[in-house]
Amino acid sequence: MKLQELISDSITRSATEVFSTMLDVQLRCGPISIENGAPEASDGVVSFIGLAGSWAGAGSLVCSPAMACRICAQMLLTEQTAVNDEVLDAVAELTNMIVGGVKTHLESHLGPLGLSLPTIVYGKNFRTKSVGSAEWIVAPFHWEDETLIVKMCLAPSEKPHFPSHGSSQTCAMEV
Amino acid sequence: MDSQILVVDDSAAIRKILQRVLRQTGMSIGTIHEAGDGQEALEILKARKIDLILSDINMPRMDGLQFLAAVKSSSERRHVPIIMITTEGGETKVAEAVRLGASGYVRKPFTADQIKEKLVGFLEVAPLL
Repeated sequence: MKLQELISDSITRSATEVFSTMLDVQLRCGPISIENGAPEASDGVVSFIGLAGSWAGAGSLVCSPAMACRICAQMLLTEQTAVNDEVLDAVAELTNMIVGGVKTHLESHLGPLGLSLPTIVYGKNFRTKSVGSAEWIVAPFHWEDETLIVKMCLAPSEKPHFPSHGSSQTCAMEV
Repeated sequence: MDSQILVVDDSAAIRKILQRVLRQTGMSIGTIHEAGDGQEALEILKARKIDLILSDINMPRMDGLQFLAAVKSSSERRHVPIIMITTEGGETKVAEAVRLGASGYVRKPFTADQIKEKLVGFLEVAPLL
């Protein structure tokens, strides 16, 4: 299996497992694509987690504010009408579980990988850019009429490096 | 007597979910204390008598493995069972947690049944009223 297929398969398995177990929701996966270069400006909620080791990169989750509130409400069984700290924390933890699942699956093929703490951004008209990495594998998932996107980029490291928790800066952000 | 539990996780969402799951287990559980990292958890351990700890691994300031090592090196607190609950499914981290004295391990995402299964043997079942 090619690395791209392996990562795509890992993302699909991990995201569907996390949503099914923690939210009791069955996600539908859309067609997986490759994103090259700078993505277009985004609105909404974006979370990132850095991966490091003999391979390095990042995993990311992108969704609308409405989807973020819905995720939090379903996960914590509370009502959420606006993006607040509780909503951002729930989305960050969900990203942690999805990317953590991908990491665990990939480690049997790529060797040990370190995981950073999640970083989350909520705003309008911002761009995200990965330093030194060209391609993102982009997996869209549908929950009824809402969509969330899980992305991952991974490339061989020149110098294997494991992030210390809370200090990894994998992605540069232009806001 | 109701057991005192300490939940250690930097995610408030996970702490809230574990509070709910623990209350639904049917075990005799009193207060569920919360800490956002290992350092905060050690402060709570100094001030309270805790019967069981559920701890994440990846946390800021003091991570779960450092916290586990600190508790197990304390003659007063080394008997407190610690169950690790984390996304770290890699064998290296699990082996390290076991080596340091963890009593169990649950991988995130988790179900309520998986948590309950790990508590059996550490907590008493609540008497039927």
